[in-house]
Amino acid sequence: MSIDTQTARKVAKLARIRVEDADLPALAEKLSSILGFMEQLNEVDVTGVEPMTSVTPMRLKRRADVVTDGNIQAAVLKNAPDAREGFFAVPKVVE
Amino acid sequence: MSANTWTIAAARDALRKGEITAVDLTMACLTAMDAGDGLNAFVHKTPEMALEQARAADARLAAGDAPAMCGIPIGMKDLYAVKGVPTQAGSNILKGYRPEYDSTVTSNLTSAGAVLLGKLNMDEFAMGSSNESSCYGPAVNPWKIDDRKLTPGGSSGGSAAAVAADLCLAATGTDTGGSIRQPAAFCGITGIKPTYGRVSRWGIVAYASSLDQAGPMTKSVRDAAIMLGAMAGHDPMDSTSADLPVPDFEAALTGDIRGKQIGIPREYRLDGMPAEIAALWDRGMDMLRDAGAQIVDISLPHTKYALPTYYVIAPAEASSNLARYDGVRYGHRAKLAQGDGITEMYEKTRAEGFGPEVQRRIMAGTYVLSAGFYDAYYNRARRVRSLIKRDFEQAFAAGIDAILAPTTPSSAFGLGEQGGSDPVEMYLNDVFTVTLNLAGLPGVAVPVGLDAKGLPLGLQLIGRPWEEAALLNHAYVLETAAGFVAKPGKWW
Repeated sequence: MSIDTQTARKVAKLARIRVEDADLPALAEKLSSILGFMEQLNEVDVTGVEPMTSVTPMRLKRRADVVTDGNIQAAVLKNAPDAREGFFAVPKVVE
Repeated sequence: MSANTWTIAAARDALRKGEITAVDLTMACLTAMDAGDGLNAFVHKTPEMALEQARAADARLAAGDAPAMCGIPIGMKDLYAVKGVPTQAGSNILKGYRPEYDSTVTSNLTSAGAVLLGKLNMDEFAMGSSNESSCYGPAVNPWKIDDRKLTPGGSSGGSAAAVAADLCLAATGTDTGGSIRQPAAFCGITGIKPTYGRVSRWGIVAYASSLDQAGPMTKSVRDAAIMLGAMAGHDPMDSTSADLPVPDFEAALTGDIRGKQIGIPREYRLDGMPAEIAALWDRGMDMLRDAGAQIVDISLPHTKYALPTYYVIAPAEASSNLARYDGVRYGHRAKLAQGDGITEMYEKTRAEGFGPEVQRRIMAGTYVLSAGFYDAYYNRARRVRSLIKRDFEQAFAAGIDAILAPTTPSSAFGLGEQGGSDPVEMYLNDVFTVTLNLAGLPGVAVPVGLDAKGLPLGLQLIGRPWEEAALLNHAYVLETAAGFVAKPGKWW
């Protein structure tokens, strides 16, 4: 299956990556090449095969439901491009 | 020989005997590191931190409380969080990011007394096989045969180049589809990808979480055993970290592999495999046979589907993992135009911050996870992954102790020579390495010889899950028999 520029635009939007219109045909071509490569998998008979969900069979460990850290607001905000009054600041979301 | 050329094992012994101090050893590496800028391997240097750690190591050595890694100068791949030190994963989107914490591996190594010289170049977010997708520009292979600059491989290209050029004694790497083993092979050093879950992933920038695994890149198999021992162990901060004791990997290096069964997978003998690679593989079989192992022909029927499976699963996981780079909590945020809202902020930030290969993989992953395609691509790939893992399980159940294969389909190629028009061309570099990541198995790359051009070639041994100790012993036999001692001539 090959990807047209319309699909490339949609995928870029879903991925929240801005792609200029002029760059969409080249992107569509490279994505099509990757997709073509993936399509070899259609040759494999996977009837009755379960999808792998865990690399090694293991049960997720449980731990007590307690607070283990906190009071590190300054450290959490330290790398933010814009932090004000103890919060992450972003452009206005609600009118 | 200057101390920066030493192995970990030699340095450890010299430090303990008082023949050198950790400070002098560190100074030798810092000098080599500064003289090695032409390789573009170290991208953030931490000399003051290194000297402080070296002085602390000397105090521990004097007190007789010195683990094997105490006073050993190493480099850290840029993917590992080191508190207060730039950690960018080779990406502009993390420009300026200085973590407020250490990765578990970082703290395991520094607790053991290791000295951190700086951060090492890599492909952006570990996506690449040539180090050319780095925001720092490519690292360069110290091996050189003509006017061209060669790739050190990737994604752990800076790590491999730094170790091969003796800028440090060893380095950390990570391996999602071959990113430790392929650069190790291209640069003529040793690298092991442990069993999935052996080493904590906490604090290592995530690419594809079900495939990523950290490991050491070193000048010898013994060094890999020593350093892996210091990196490994259970970590409550990583829910996939295995709660298993860490064996003494170095003690397992007995050199005795008599009666062991070595599988030779016939599907790895690809059409068009270069004669030199085939001959090297045959020599590897002879070396293990001479050591008393039995060479057994085996079949791993789904091998040819490993790469396409990987290129569904890894981008799918990446598209999810890299959603966190949104310009809000850390790293780059795009300058916004009048009237831009939060969506424009996300889209512009990610377009500016991510390089082209990372953008492609995020979008390929987004596509295979999107409504209508999830079953056709993602779920199908996960089913094929089950079959790939089953192939290995059946081989091991039949009594195979380890599997021998080439590490790469060629020796190092020139920078700019691959993947320019078709990204899939670059992906084919991982054809022998990627199967293990899908199956979660340990694998070690060992330098075995030089090709006709004079560039290193490696072989790979694949082990049973959790049996890195036995695997390293097989690698030790191969290393001893191969006697690979060639070093790149200094041109940089």
